[in-house]
Amino acid sequence: MSNASSAPQHRADLPNGWEMVVGLEVHVELDTKTKLFSASPNRFGDEPNTNIDTVTLGLPGALPVLNKHAVELAIRLGLALNCTVQPSTFHRKNYFYQDMPKAYQISQYDQPINVDGFMMLPGDVRIGIERAHLEEDTGKSTHIGGTSGRIHGSDYSLVDFNRAGVPLVEIVSRPDIRNSDQARQYVAELRSILLAVGASDAKMEEGSMRCDVNVSVRKPGAPFGTRCEIKNVNSIRAVGKAIDYEARRQIDVLESGGIIRQETRHWDDGEGRTHTLRTKEDADDYRYFLEPDLVLLDPDQEWIESIRASLPMLPAARRAQLALLTGANKESESVYVIVERGQDDYVSAVAQAGGDAARALVYVQQAFAEEGSSPRVAPKDIATLTQMERDAKITATQAKTILSEMVANGGGDPVAIAAAKGFEALDTSAVEAMVDAAIAQQADAWAKYCAGEEKAMGALVGAIMKASQGKADGKVVTAILQARRAK
Amino acid sequence: MTKQFATVVDIAKDIASGKTSAVDVLEQHLSRIAEREGEINAFNLVTTEQARATAQQVDADIKAGKPVGALAGVPVALKDNMCTRGIETTCSSKILEGWKPPYDATVVTRLQQAGAVMVGKTNLDEFAMGSSTENSAFGPTKNPLDTSRVPGGSSGGSAAAVAAGFAAASLGSDTGGSIRQPASLCGLVGVKPTYGLVSRQGIVAFASSLDQVGPFTHTVADAALMMEVIGGHDPLDSTSLPQPMPSLTSVLGQGVKGMRIGRLADMPDGCEPEVLARMDAAYVALQAAGATIVDISLPSLSYCLTAYYLVAPAEASSNLARYDGVRYGMRVETGDLHSMYGATRAAGFGAEVKRRIMLGTYALSAGYFDAYYGKALKVRRLIANNFAAAYEKCDVILTPTSPTVAFPLGDKTSDPLTMYLCDIFTIPTNLAGHAAMSVPFGTGAHNLPVGVQVLAPALGEQTMFRVAAELERAS
Repeated sequence: MSNASSAPQHRADLPNGWEMVVGLEVHVELDTKTKLFSASPNRFGDEPNTNIDTVTLGLPGALPVLNKHAVELAIRLGLALNCTVQPSTFHRKNYFYQDMPKAYQISQYDQPINVDGFMMLPGDVRIGIERAHLEEDTGKSTHIGGTSGRIHGSDYSLVDFNRAGVPLVEIVSRPDIRNSDQARQYVAELRSILLAVGASDAKMEEGSMRCDVNVSVRKPGAPFGTRCEIKNVNSIRAVGKAIDYEARRQIDVLESGGIIRQETRHWDDGEGRTHTLRTKEDADDYRYFLEPDLVLLDPDQEWIESIRASLPMLPAARRAQLALLTGANKESESVYVIVERGQDDYVSAVAQAGGDAARALVYVQQAFAEEGSSPRVAPKDIATLTQMERDAKITATQAKTILSEMVANGGGDPVAIAAAKGFEALDTSAVEAMVDAAIAQQADAWAKYCAGEEKAMGALVGAIMKASQGKADGKVVTAILQARRAK
Repeated sequence: MTKQFATVVDIAKDIASGKTSAVDVLEQHLSRIAEREGEINAFNLVTTEQARATAQQVDADIKAGKPVGALAGVPVALKDNMCTRGIETTCSSKILEGWKPPYDATVVTRLQQAGAVMVGKTNLDEFAMGSSTENSAFGPTKNPLDTSRVPGGSSGGSAAAVAAGFAAASLGSDTGGSIRQPASLCGLVGVKPTYGLVSRQGIVAFASSLDQVGPFTHTVADAALMMEVIGGHDPLDSTSLPQPMPSLTSVLGQGVKGMRIGRLADMPDGCEPEVLARMDAAYVALQAAGATIVDISLPSLSYCLTAYYLVAPAEASSNLARYDGVRYGMRVETGDLHSMYGATRAAGFGAEVKRRIMLGTYALSAGYFDAYYGKALKVRRLIANNFAAAYEKCDVILTPTSPTVAFPLGDKTSDPLTMYLCDIFTIPTNLAGHAAMSVPFGTGAHNLPVGVQVLAPALGEQTMFRVAAELERAS
């Protein structure tokens, strides 16, 4: 079920009522110890051509034997994407390339392991997942000499087969994406799910997660337009930029009376544009046929259910849980960030230790960016800090200072730190006196502020904070100033 | 049976008992090689030094009272499409000339573990594509029984090596008849096991869904022993059957009493009358031994040849695409990658291999797949259904192995279609994944051997060997 009608709000982004239709094909390398069909290590960054064997090199007589762990990770991912796991087969995709040792890639074709899933994006947007199938990666070519880094015009090419045979899952979305924000959200959410289920390290910069983007444009309600596939989109940011560029390029072509040819285009991130890589006419005929060296992959239901039972809570559910605990919106940035960092359990531990969950969410988002999923600071100490701020024993600024020190030292008692720094929140009457003094000293600023120039408030607040040596609570100061002006 | 040479069973027994030594046995075989190999051309490579070292080791082990394998000291030859670690494996193709695999095929390892002594790598039609061993880049092999004639193919070198007494047994591979047909033409026993019974790991692929390794021997008992050594599950071959290897040597004396023998009611044209006469004699012999003869039909038989020449080339076009000059074997240097591919493959492959790569590539191409490859797969299912129906009425089926006895060299090289017709009786077994073997059963025209083919359903090897043993007794 596609959700074509649910996301019209971004349509205004494109001129003259055009709508973009986007589908993504994402390749991820599975986090297995060995390759998809052989016992060579699946490891990034080793010396070239060290993780190889007879199967990897496609030596005559070598036969593939399917890696069970790769199948398990593919099923984990499929289940996390709400797919049906079905009996599946492997095909040969035949083409010549120097980093393709057998001159064919073993891939799943008409019977993939995972089909018919979906992913939810913010705003209850549902993106269909057509399939998530297993296949092997190719080797890697480096073209030496020439100017473009491409094979044409190079002096010679070096081939590294370490990556050949590394297990991949290709996740193919339905063309349900309607703007570049959704595309970025989709890739980010997929990455979170991959990390959560342990299927892949999903590092776009190392190529363990790679996106191909299919883009077409149409007028709403019209049939799908001709699509172009964009390759070399190597970051989430580039996904958004490439889609926006390509949709506008297609609209320009169509509005000037041209037609879109189905083709594969290359995203040049430096130039911020796409180039024709090959047209449909140059496309290889892959001559797919059933891989005779492998048999039907038919995982038994019991195994599938045990994999399902072993799945961790997925990011969407964790965000909902964190939102409920902290009162934040489940689509807010802080909730996304904390769950992505895996720090939601930590926030929940702070709450359990009697802390204020909403404040804890803010603290952790601000100060724990480098801390990973198991911050060193004891949850009970963060709980105490939230209580001190809530009870106005310290100001928000002081709380921030104490928090920084706790994080820098890998822990600490906030009460002791506050005492050592002489932190205490000033009571309101003392702050009122300081406000009056500041108004007297900064008459110009006060006059501008009273005339409605909000920026002028900064000078006043600055003077008060200075006079109080940071002990005045900024929120209290602001409130008093606003009250004075209203008189 | 060619009585002048010792059998595998006798050699193994005499060496194990100390009656003779592995070295002596080997030297007898090497001297026959020295005498006739120049004329026969059975081998691409004779591994004299390795063979002597192995034979000496076997003798030393026996002298030291160590337990030895079932084939200890038995000289065997291997078709040159089986990977042997550090020993050139060429498939009789220029494109692989000089290539030394870094590993042994599973069947090679199993032979070694059983104590067999490898005497050499035998000639074949390039990449096992042919029925006469005339398509070798290294020259044709001659039939030792009449050197003006072919030994059959594609495993002609392996057949000739045993027929000439160069080895007591050999291994071949059979994709559409490449063991059974040369066995028939050379007067030997040749077995195409059930698909998946013998590992394909390390066998250079021709058509992966059809290829199967099996033995050439002088006797049915030798074939049974060889099968027990090489057969059985291999975790390195995903299509290897999970079953343990059934015992074959123990069933040979069980006879055929009460067995139902299928006879083709609709025999295709083109068989030599002497071949058909031997078939009639075979039925009579089995009937005399207590079997009954039932008429069966395989209505799809006439489509099998066509289906085979789509399926096998299709898989071959993919299997042989890796010979691109990038990683191993021959490379013709040119200015750039694509012309290097073309020049290497143009120079490296022979005419028949190129013909089949073209056929197979075409059959798989967009727009033609359904009409050719897709239809061929349907015929595969049809013939499997035909066999299933036939095996409700009978336990095995008897046919000629080859429509003719060994034919003269050059007789069929100008017309590929007449060459392809050699395999009309053998191909259906490969398409169905079943078992079949050829047993020598007297002689036909020119006093040359005629083979009778015993076909059995998948994993029907025990029944098949019982029938083969009975035919051997009666011949």
